[in-house]
Amino acid sequence: MATKASRSAARIMMAPAVILLLGWMLVPLIMTLWFSFRVYLPLRGGDQGWAGFDNYVRFVSSSAFWPAVTTTLIIVLGVLAITVIFGIMIALLLDQPIWGQGVVRILVIAPFFVMPTVSALVWKNMFMDPVNGLFAHLWRLFGAEPVSWLSDASMGSIVMIVSWQWLPFATLILLTAVQSLDSEQLEAAEMDGAPWIKRFWFIVLPHLSRAITIVILIQTIFLLAIFAEIFVTTGGAFGTRTLSYLIFQRVLESQNVGLGSAGGVYAIILANIIAIFLMRIVGKNLD
Amino acid sequence: MARSVSPRRKLINTTVAWAIGLLIFFPILWTILTSFKSEAQAIAAPPIFLGFDWTLENYRVVMERSDYGRFLWNSIIIAGLSTVLGCIIAVPAAWSMAFVPSKRTKDILLWMLSTKMLPAVGVLYPIYLLFIQMGLLDSRFGLVVVLMLINLPIIVWMLYTYFKEIPGEILEAARMDGATLRQELIYVLTPMAIPGIASTLLLNFILAWNEAFWTLNLTAVNAAPLTAFIASYSSPEGLFFAKLSAASTMAIAPILILGWFSQKQLVRGLTFGAVK
Repeated sequence: MATKASRSAARIMMAPAVILLLGWMLVPLIMTLWFSFRVYLPLRGGDQGWAGFDNYVRFVSSSAFWPAVTTTLIIVLGVLAITVIFGIMIALLLDQPIWGQGVVRILVIAPFFVMPTVSALVWKNMFMDPVNGLFAHLWRLFGAEPVSWLSDASMGSIVMIVSWQWLPFATLILLTAVQSLDSEQLEAAEMDGAPWIKRFWFIVLPHLSRAITIVILIQTIFLLAIFAEIFVTTGGAFGTRTLSYLIFQRVLESQNVGLGSAGGVYAIILANIIAIFLMRIVGKNLD
Repeated sequence: MARSVSPRRKLINTTVAWAIGLLIFFPILWTILTSFKSEAQAIAAPPIFLGFDWTLENYRVVMERSDYGRFLWNSIIIAGLSTVLGCIIAVPAAWSMAFVPSKRTKDILLWMLSTKMLPAVGVLYPIYLLFIQMGLLDSRFGLVVVLMLINLPIIVWMLYTYFKEIPGEILEAARMDGATLRQELIYVLTPMAIPGIASTLLLNFILAWNEAFWTLNLTAVNAAPLTAFIASYSSPEGLFFAKLSAASTMAIAPILILGWFSQKQLVRGLTFGAVK
């Protein structure tokens, strides 16, 4: 249907977006790759020559590396588990006929629209503050000693803050998927006497599998990069230094660009591995 | 898959759903309530839920002390311009991909999406360096460009999925009647595409407004938007709960309201059309 003229017009219309994104991807990527092979300390002599793979080896063998990997994994897996499990439960509940469904949905979705710096600060001060926080009041009410959440239970606190932010996203996606489920199949199963748990396991869950996969992949990409939540609450202290925060510290705080760039390359590789899986699923949708 | 259930079941479901909804919403509600308390009542033990002396004092102080207006203006300019600019670049691209698809369209779309996966921290320093050399550090223009590029893949994808739903027959009919490409674009496509473009603008405005990596790392004073304004409360001013709450409420209120309108677009936009 497309003529030659419209084809070339199409190419011209696509050009600005393609060229801009190509530049946005390639220029910093090549620079990061270049820096990762240099001894580059902006405040201590600048670019001091070729480093080979030293930065890559040093980044991995530094004592901060493995704890950062563990921290990243705990945050990502913890948040994924909480948001997916509660997301499914809330989505199934909101799909039931209830009074004021629209309002409840608005309440549940709200945290997603709160900027990360605000939610981190509100949780840090108004809820988790060991003296005046709401949790401290609650603990004292039951005669317990208030907890210094962000220093004594730092990981749990961060996971909880981030989960609160991402639960709405998981819920909304899963709810959209639940609503497209054919109710006749469920009713047939119900009439045949299949118990609730079996109906969930054999009909609902398979139907949701694609939505769950997408929630997991998209959240993983965002969770690997969480920054403001840690920047504002603990600043990477108390064992909450993630891989991306470690790279941030290497580059901007210790001003060791070569080392930080090597870390950045690791982060890019890691994100790409996850991205490939996401692309496969999204790509299938295009046909 | 909603079905009819007994009134008793419905009552139980409603109660549980409302309880969960209020629990999730509570931190926001509590922040809004606290913003109307005095500092003393904000940290009163036991906490006061509603029976406090409502005051607007905190809003006045926040407005006075920290040039809130400038931060707000920066947020509006940066989020608004980056979204509009992104749309201007993305509309032609998405249009051509949806209506004049070629063998490579799918690859181009997926490649665009892949640029979104690039972890920001991995390219922080190069961008930082380029910004210094081009004199863009702490400038609104620099942030507009970066946020536009970050959101461009989402904008292209959203517009593409919307445009895909416009029936091709209508365009062909217009072509048969001798409409030129430009006429086709202005008189046929645009009116049908406006709802999709509006939703795209809305969601991306929200995403840009809340972006908190580049806005924190590439600004200092002049171009700092609300994300940075709030981050400056991390300590020790953060201990003044009522003022922190007032500042937070001022930062999130506009976007919260816009966000409620854009729930559906959120699913479409952030899943790149893979969940409908």
